[in-house]
Amino acid sequence: MLKKLRTIIGTIFLVCITAMFLDFTGTLHCWLSWMTDLQFLPAVLGLNLAAILIVLALTLLFGRVYCSMICPAGTYQDAVSHVAAKVKKNRFAFLPENKILRFAVLAVFAILLLVGLNGIALLIAPYSAYGRIVQNLLQPIYIGVNNLLAKAAEHYDSYAFYEKEVWIKSLPVFIVAIVTLITFTVLAWRGGRTWCNNICPIGTVLGYLSKLSLFKIRIDASKCINCRLCEKNCKASCIDIDHHTVDYTRCVSCMDCIGKCKKDAISYTTSKSSQSTSSDSPNASLRAMLTTTAALAATSALHAQDKTTDGGLAVIEDKKIPEREIPVKPAGSLSVSSFSNKCTGCQLCVAACPNGVLRPSTKLSTFMQPEMGFEHGYCRPECTKCGEVCPAGAINPITREEKTAIRAGHAVWVKDNCLPQTDGVSCGNCAQHCPSGAITMVPLPDNPKVKIPSIDTERCLGCGACEHLCPVRPFSAIYVEGNLVHGNM
Amino acid sequence: MSEKNINRRDFLKLAGTAAAVTAVSASGCGDAVKTGSIANTTTSVSQNIPTDKMTYRTNPKTGEKVSILGYGFMRLPTVTNVSARESNDDIDQETVNRLTDYALEHGLNLFDTSPAYCKGFSEHAMGIALSRHPRDKYYISTKLSTFSPQQWTYETSVGMYKNSLKELQTDHIDYLHLHGIGMTAFVDGKQLDGVESLHKRYIDNGVLDFLLKEREAGRIRNLGFSYHGDVKAFDYLVDHHDQYHWDFAMIQMNYVDWRYAKQINPGNTNAEYLYNRLTEKGIPVFVMEPILGGRLAKLPTHLQETLRTRRPESSVASWSFRWIATHPNILTILSGMTYMEHLQDNLSTLCPLDPCTDEEDAILQRVADEFVKFPLVPCTACQYCMPCPYGVDIPTTFTHYNKCVNEGYISVSTQDANFVEARRRFLIGYDRVVEPKRQAAHCIGCGVCQPHCPQNIRIPDKLRDINDYMEKLKQETL
Repeated sequence: MLKKLRTIIGTIFLVCITAMFLDFTGTLHCWLSWMTDLQFLPAVLGLNLAAILIVLALTLLFGRVYCSMICPAGTYQDAVSHVAAKVKKNRFAFLPENKILRFAVLAVFAILLLVGLNGIALLIAPYSAYGRIVQNLLQPIYIGVNNLLAKAAEHYDSYAFYEKEVWIKSLPVFIVAIVTLITFTVLAWRGGRTWCNNICPIGTVLGYLSKLSLFKIRIDASKCINCRLCEKNCKASCIDIDHHTVDYTRCVSCMDCIGKCKKDAISYTTSKSSQSTSSDSPNASLRAMLTTTAALAATSALHAQDKTTDGGLAVIEDKKIPEREIPVKPAGSLSVSSFSNKCTGCQLCVAACPNGVLRPSTKLSTFMQPEMGFEHGYCRPECTKCGEVCPAGAINPITREEKTAIRAGHAVWVKDNCLPQTDGVSCGNCAQHCPSGAITMVPLPDNPKVKIPSIDTERCLGCGACEHLCPVRPFSAIYVEGNLVHGNM
Repeated sequence: MSEKNINRRDFLKLAGTAAAVTAVSASGCGDAVKTGSIANTTTSVSQNIPTDKMTYRTNPKTGEKVSILGYGFMRLPTVTNVSARESNDDIDQETVNRLTDYALEHGLNLFDTSPAYCKGFSEHAMGIALSRHPRDKYYISTKLSTFSPQQWTYETSVGMYKNSLKELQTDHIDYLHLHGIGMTAFVDGKQLDGVESLHKRYIDNGVLDFLLKEREAGRIRNLGFSYHGDVKAFDYLVDHHDQYHWDFAMIQMNYVDWRYAKQINPGNTNAEYLYNRLTEKGIPVFVMEPILGGRLAKLPTHLQETLRTRRPESSVASWSFRWIATHPNILTILSGMTYMEHLQDNLSTLCPLDPCTDEEDAILQRVADEFVKFPLVPCTACQYCMPCPYGVDIPTTFTHYNKCVNEGYISVSTQDANFVEARRRFLIGYDRVVEPKRQAAHCIGCGVCQPHCPQNIRIPDKLRDINDYMEKLKQETL
């Protein structure tokens, strides 16, 4: 019964959160954003006290139910482990706790966050890792199917579906997502909750907290016949039947053991008499994980694939990303540093961005945290999606009106690229499309016939309309530099 | 400039002229069906067209009776069932013959063509179709279509005229037009206005004198001109009526062009002015573009409703024909009818004519007022503006915009009943036909396309308007 409840709730969370990462129309988050808001690390980084308190209270009451129900990475691993259990029955055995590893990882994780190397730390953050997997690997398939439907709809003159461009937003992050998926799957297949009980820093924190929890799995030694069915089916490998104890730092309250016990010796109750054990043993998976991620971080960046153009039209070269001294962060993120401290790199905003602007950073210090780029579109004035979906408070929700006054960056003119200068053609497309009217076309002092853009950085919002719509390719003659602190007009 | 380019430019003009002569839309038949459902009857208009009720007008000079509906041979059907204007395929002569026979049976007796139509094959097809009937049962109207400056010599022009006689298998032309009066030209690095072009094409080289002599000799029964473009050329010819004695003149006329010609195409002139000037001088009027190349047959939904409520069993196109024909000085209305349904719908409108009442005239003026609020881009998708050096897909953008206008999916305000649907259709539909990096926002206004447009569309301005509209849709600030 309890197991069923856990399975149902866990599945609902997994499906809904996955759906949020797939949905590119920005409709689901209105209903489901509380689910991502409950995710622990984003809540901590974003100081979402309500969410933190709920998770802590849940843990103090029921143990690590967060890991079994709310965390999508946990439920995903349970699903893999469940399938593995069909193939090989009774495959687990008690393992002593690897305390050194757990605390070492937690310590490194905390230090990395404190010194601002969030990009590396976030590689092992469970919710974000899951988000990256879905956004990088599943969303393209989802959009692909959508595009097929859109084609069909077009055929029937229906406007129910519309096409959406599929592109790899960052190759390193794409590879990280693949490796993470493989790691999750292999570890769960072989050892159930190996990841959660050795690596996951959230698991460690909540694990030690759950030692104090009110409800716990308890073994009645008087009823136990030492058949070890519970131990052999404990995916956390935390039941020690020799001593009739459960390691509560690792127990994720999955309730599997209750059903397995033929003698009714296991219960989930409030009564006392329990203790935990722990012992040390090195874990190979850790080393594997660390080496793979390090290798990944070092992988060099690659640009998005080129698209060929059709015959009757002039060939359009794809835009390239200019070298920015300061990355442009979306309006609502207050400042570059505030953003990188809070962002967990879950890619939910990247998945939701309808204009192809947000993509994960490939810089080491901000690895996987989104930044803006304008080759596929620009940050449109009416769109406030990223702030709406962000569970970590890295991008605060803003209104459309507020957005018109937030200066996330400023445009920079590149004289040598500008069309009136190079080709003698009158242009002014940047000024024409600037949503805040920050660009004025003025005569060039030494050649008044040529008009060039002059930028009022006080009015410029850094939306990238000018950069995106500049006819010069591959590098625009006007591009956006981020503002370290987002000013207000 | 290479010869090829000149030829291309000339061809553009030809295409532009071609666009001016019109066709009834394919909706003719469909209209009848839809009408039936509104009127709660299922009478099919096309089946009961009388063969003896055609409305005729009298040519004041010859006294001959000309049917108010003339058959334009510009959009002849091809073997692939597409109008010859949109296709390179061969003309479907069998169908042309069938349409011709049907038209003659129902009292239509004026057939109009040009050496330029249907890639030059229109006269030939007409010759075949008409020579199967006695020569005194119909009137032939054709033109001297010397658009290219290379054709502006006496020899070439006269050669073109003589070739028309040969292709049409006849020894006389009933109505001969100086074709495309008012069109401007670009010769030897100089821009010629309408009057200058007129002089170079017909007057300075003695071609007009030749034609006047042919009229005296009876090989041209009526001599006139067809006008679009620079109004100075029109005025010049009308002012010299005493000298040339025009027997007719062709203008673009319908209830929208009557007072809103400039809104439809800035290079055009209000039909009210043109018609009244010709009437003052006693020159009978030929009409082209009776339904603006099909646009007045596919009005925005709410305008269609106005007309259908009033006459549930009439097609939307029929209103324009009735309105034009109600003017007494109209000799004939040319319609380029590709399909039998076009022909039948027009015949049923004008066999006989049920003249527009003053009240209906007022309704149509109101429809015209509304119509110009949703102006279509007069783009014929001829592709000559392409390729845009910055990659913008100009014709597809205009086509998409026009499609939305025609289907009633252009919004005036976010409060419109169908705003959400219209927004989706416009934006999603645009992304479907034009990839985002080729959309209107990428036009920098360099104007390279501008001189290539035979319709004189101010392309950069139009693209900007469309982009502004899209911005308002996206931001929902209409």
